Amino acid sequence: MTELTDQKQAALAAISAATNLDALEEQRVGALGKKGWVSLALKTLGQMSPDERKEAAPAIQAVRGEVAEAIDAKKAELETAALEAQFASETIDLTLPAPDQPKGSIHPVSQVMDELAEIFADLGFSVATGPEIEDDWHNFTALNMDESHPARAMHDTFYFPDKAEDGASMLLRTHTSPVQIRSMKAQGAPIRLIAPGRVYRSDSDATHTPMFHQVEGLVVDEDIHLGHLKWTLETFFKAFFEREDIVLRLRPSYFPFTEPSVEVDVGYSNEGDRRVVGGHGDAPGHDWMELGGSGMVNARVLEFAGIDADKYQGFAFGLGIDRIAMLKYGMNDLRAFFDGDPRWLNHYGFSPYDQPTLSAGVGVRP
Amino acid sequence: MKFSLTWLKDHLETEASLQEIIDALNAIGLEVEGVEDPSELLAGFRVAYVLTAAKHPDADKLQVLSVDTGEGDPVQVVCGAPNARAGMKGVLGLPGAVVPSNGMELRKAAIRGVESTGMMCSARELDLGEDHDGIIELPEDASVGHSFADFQASSPIIEVAITPNRPDCMGVYGIARDLAAAGLGTLKPIALPKFEASGACPVDIRTDDAKGCPAFFGRVIKDVKNGPSPDWMQARLKSAGQKPISLLVDLTNYLMLAFGRPSHVYDLAKLEGAIFARSAVAGEEVLALNEKTYTLDETMTVIADDAKVLGIGGIMGGEDTGVQDDTKDVLLEIAYFDPARSGVTGRKLGLATDARTRFERGVDPEFLGQGLDLLTGLITQLAGGSPSEAVHAGSPPSEAKVVAFDTALTKRLGGVDVSDDEQRTILTSLGFEVAGDWQVTCPLRRNDIEGPADLVEEVVRIHGLDKVESVPLPRVDGVARPTASPQQMLERKLRRAAAGSGLDEAITWSFLPEDVAEHFTATDDLWKLSNPISEDMKVMRPSLVPGLLLAAKRNADRGAGATRVFELGRRYFKGKGGASDERATLGVVLAGEKTARGWANGKAVSFDAYDAKAAALTLLEAAGAPTARLMVMGEAGDQFHPGQSATLRLGPKNVLARFGMVHPATLKAFDMDGPVAAVELFLDAIPAKKASRGPASFARPSFTPPALQAVTRDFAFLVPADLAAEDLLKSVRGSDKVNITAARVFDVFTGEGVPDGQKSIAIEVTLQPQEKSFKDKELKAIADTVVGAATKLGAELRG
Repeated sequence: MTELTDQKQAALAAISAATNLDALEEQRVGALGKKGWVSLALKTLGQMSPDERKEAAPAIQAVRGEVAEAIDAKKAELETAALEAQFASETIDLTLPAPDQPKGSIHPVSQVMDELAEIFADLGFSVATGPEIEDDWHNFTALNMDESHPARAMHDTFYFPDKAEDGASMLLRTHTSPVQIRSMKAQGAPIRLIAPGRVYRSDSDATHTPMFHQVEGLVVDEDIHLGHLKWTLETFFKAFFEREDIVLRLRPSYFPFTEPSVEVDVGYSNEGDRRVVGGHGDAPGHDWMELGGSGMVNARVLEFAGIDADKYQGFAFGLGIDRIAMLKYGMNDLRAFFDGDPRWLNHYGFSPYDQPTLSAGVGVRP
Repeated sequence: MKFSLTWLKDHLETEASLQEIIDALNAIGLEVEGVEDPSELLAGFRVAYVLTAAKHPDADKLQVLSVDTGEGDPVQVVCGAPNARAGMKGVLGLPGAVVPSNGMELRKAAIRGVESTGMMCSARELDLGEDHDGIIELPEDASVGHSFADFQASSPIIEVAITPNRPDCMGVYGIARDLAAAGLGTLKPIALPKFEASGACPVDIRTDDAKGCPAFFGRVIKDVKNGPSPDWMQARLKSAGQKPISLLVDLTNYLMLAFGRPSHVYDLAKLEGAIFARSAVAGEEVLALNEKTYTLDETMTVIADDAKVLGIGGIMGGEDTGVQDDTKDVLLEIAYFDPARSGVTGRKLGLATDARTRFERGVDPEFLGQGLDLLTGLITQLAGGSPSEAVHAGSPPSEAKVVAFDTALTKRLGGVDVSDDEQRTILTSLGFEVAGDWQVTCPLRRNDIEGPADLVEEVVRIHGLDKVESVPLPRVDGVARPTASPQQMLERKLRRAAAGSGLDEAITWSFLPEDVAEHFTATDDLWKLSNPISEDMKVMRPSLVPGLLLAAKRNADRGAGATRVFELGRRYFKGKGGASDERATLGVVLAGEKTARGWANGKAVSFDAYDAKAAALTLLEAAGAPTARLMVMGEAGDQFHPGQSATLRLGPKNVLARFGMVHPATLKAFDMDGPVAAVELFLDAIPAKKASRGPASFARPSFTPPALQAVTRDFAFLVPADLAAEDLLKSVRGSDKVNITAARVFDVFTGEGVPDGQKSIAIEVTLQPQEKSFKDKELKAIADTVVGAATKLGAELRG
C-alpha cells in the first residue's frame, strides 16, 4: 500500500505543478487512463481474496477520488487563468468614441403645423391647402378688396407679369385667406378648416422675411358668432401653450374680408429678454401682444365664394406660424428659420419621434 | 396719426385721464401705437432766476451765474450764452437731468476751474426748436422753482393707427367724436371764426371733370399777411410731427390734421385766368411741391388755370403756385376728389401723400362748405384780408346710404346682448339717423358702411368687444374624427421618416436666382417675379435641390463638417389656363463628410451615389411607393454626374425620384467643393393608394411564417462588364417564382482570374421549401434553372 501512497503523493505533486492543460492531461492519463497506475491498482482487486479486497478496495477508491478531484480542481484553475489571459489580451478602451449616428430633426415650422393640425382636429377642423401662386381674384377681389382698394397697396405684393386665362393678374399669395375662398367654393357650407402654408410679402428687414408662414382658420355654419371665435382662439392658445391663464383681448379693427373685424391680443410678461404668454395684459409686469387678425366673414366674401349669406355666417382668423413658434419655443431670429444651418436645426428642431398627440401633449419640452 | 392730449381736448370736453383715453381708443378700434410724454423728457429742468452774472475769470466768452432755483441757496452755473444776464428767467437743468437733444446726463463739473451746478438751456438743447443763439428767456411771471414741463404745459402725444375704413378719424375732431360716442366726454361744436365775405369771387372756379372732381369749392382772400403761425398752432402741428412752415401753409395742414380735410391755398398772383379741375392730357407734365416732375395721363384729374397745370388733384399741389412769405392775395381750394381715382392716380405715380391717404379713403362730403368757411375764418383772423363770396362749383356725393337694420343681428353676429335703446344711442352718437322702424341713415362721411354687419360692428365696438363672452363651438359626439387627407398623411410620415434617417429638415426660399433656377430645369417657362426683392429671389424654384445646395454651401463656408438636409415643399411650374402647377417634392442634399476621419476608420469618408440611392429608396418606401417594382434608369438630369446618377421609375415614363452625385460643373457654379450627393422625390408621381375607409380596411392579408427553414445557395457568374447587376438579379429571381424568395448580390469582382471585358457577380439565392424539405434532386433542378436564366444574359457559371 505504501507504494500506492507514494504514487499518489507524486501524482498530486505533479498535478499541482502542472502549468498547462496538456501537462494535466498527462497526469490524468498516467493515473486514471486505461493503463494508469490507479486503473492498474483497481485491476489487482480481481485477484484478491474477499477479505483482502474488502480492505484494499476502499483505499484504492479513496486514492482514485483524491487524484480525480485534484485534477478537476487544477483544470478549473488553469481554465480560469487561460480565460483571464484571453480577456487581458482582448481588452479595449471603451472611452474611445463610438461611430456617429446622425440625428435628424424636424423644422419648428413643421412641428408647429403638426401641433396646429392636432389641436384643431379635436375641434373638428380639417386642414386645407391651396396654391401659393395665386390670381388676384382669389387673393384680393373675392376677399372684398377690389382693384382700387387702399388695403391692396398695404399688402406689399409680389407680382408676376403673367395673366391667367381670364385676365387675372398672377401673384404670390399675401396671406392664406384665398384658401378660404377655394375651400368654400369646393365644399360649400357648413365648413371648419385651418389652412397653414407659405405666404409672401415684398418686405425684408430684421423681423420680416419675404416668405413666412401663416395659418388661416375658418368656420361657417348657421349660427356662428364672435363668441365662438373668442372661444376657439382661447381654446387653441390654451392647448398650444399648455396653460390655462391665457387671456385674450379683442380689439375692433379693420380687414376688408371680415365684418366686424377683430384684432386679437394676448397678455404676456417678460422673463429676462423673453416674452412669456399668459396672464392679463393689464396686470402688473404684463402687456398685450398682437397675435393676429380675425372677424366675422364679410357677407360679400361668402357670396363671392358661392355661399348663401342669408343662411350662413362664420368667422375667420389668421395667425403667424413662425411667430407663435418663436413665442412657444424661444427662437428670436426669424431669418434663421430659412437658413438651413444644421447647428440651428439641431438646437431648435425636433426629434421625428416627437409627433404631437393629444394624449402626450402637443408641445415638446427640452 | 399723432396728436397731443391738449389738441384732443380742443374738441372733447372730458375729465378722463390719459390712461382712460388710451384704453378707450384701443377699445373702440383706434389702436394706440404709442404715447410720448414730453414732460418726462423735461424732468429735472426747472424755471430759474438769474440773480447775478459775472465774467468767468479764465474765459472771455463764459459767465458765472448765481441762479435762484426756487429752493435752498442759489447755485453757481457757468454759462456761455450771450443773452445770459442778471434779472432774467430761464430754464435750468440740474445735475441728473438728461438733455433731450443729445441724451447727456448733466453733472456737477468744473468748467475752466469754476464749479458749475447744472446748465442753463437753449431751445435746441431741449428739443423745442432750432434756436441755439442763446438760452431760453422766460417771461417775468414765470414762477421760479416750478418744473419747466408744467410751465410749458407740455401735453402727452398719442399716436393712433387709423384703419383704412375710417377716414373720418383722420382728423383729431373725428377721433374726439368717436371717443364721445364711447362715453368719454362731450364733443365740442366746431368754433367757426366769423368773417365778412364781400363781393363775388373774382376768379372763375369750376370743375370740368365731374367724375374725378365732382365738387370744387373756393374763394379769394385779398390782402392777407403771411408770416409765422401762432404758438398754439405750431404746438399742435409739432405734436402731429408736422413742421411749421408759414401761417398759410400751416393753416391748411391744421385743417387736414384737425378735421381730416385737405385743402390748398394758391398765390393768386401766380394764377392766370380761370381755375378749374379737369382730366389731365396724356403726357402732360407737372412740377409738384416735392420738386419732382410727374408725367400724367388722361385718367388723372388736375387742377389747372388757363395756362398750366397747378397740381395733381387729390394728391399734391404744384411747386410754382404755392404761397410764399410775401404772398398777398390767395385763392382757397376745397375740393372733393373721387376716392377710387385718387388711389389709382397715386399708385400710378408712386406718390403717397397725406392728401391722397384721405381722398382715396373718402373725405367727408358734408364738410366742404364748412371747411372752406373755417379756413377762411382762420385766415382772416390770423392773417387778415378781405374774403370774397364763396364759389361752390359742382356738388359732392349727397345720397346717404340707408340700411334696414335688425337689432337682433347684433346678438346673432356679435354674440352679445345689447338693448335696442343702447343700440340706438350708440348709432345716434356716431351720427347715424335711426328711424322708428330701424331704417338707419348713415352719415356721408361713413362710406365704409355697406350693410347691417357694419352697423353691428359699430354697436359692438362702442358697447365693448370685451363684453363678448366665449361660447364653445358645437362638437360632434364622441372622439374627434380623423381629418388629414391622404396627401397630408403622406407628407407627415415622409417628413418624420426623413428626419428619422438622420436628415435635418430645412426650409429654404421658394425663389431662386434666375440662372440657378434655369440651370435646374429643362423648361424655360418658369414663374419670374416682376418685382423681386433682389435678383437672388427672382424665380420660383423648379427643383428643391438648388436651395438645399445653397444652404450646404453656406454651411461649408461656416466650416460645417457635414450637411445632411432635406426639404419637403413645392416646385412651381406653369399649369393649365395660366394657373400655377405646384408639385409636392422632397429634396435631399448630402454634402461634406459622411464620416469624419476617426480612430476606427482612418480617413474621412465622403457621401457617394449609393448613399443617395439608399435615401431615395428609404423615403420612397416610407411614401408607400412600390419600391420592389421600381426600375433604375438613367437621365437624372444635367445637374447630375452622368455616370453616377439615376432615376427610379415605375414604368419607363413615370419618374418617382432621381438621385446621384451632383455634376462637378454644377458644384463649380455654386462655388462648392465636392463630392455632393442629392436626391429628389417627386411626390406627385407616386401612385395614390386606393382610398379605403371603414373597419375592414385595417385588416392585412393573412400570413403565417413558413414552418420549414429556408436554405441558401451561392452562384458566381462571369458576365459582360456592362451588364447591370439588377438585370441579372431580376432574371435569377424570376427563374423560379415558387421556390426562390430572394436573391442578392454579395460580391462583384474584376481582376485576376476574370477575363477582360467581364466581371464576376456572386449571388446568394434564398430558397423557401413549402410543404416538405427540398431533396437533392430538387435543389439541383432549381440550380439548373437559375443558371439557365443567367446564361440567357450572357452569364457563365464560374467553376
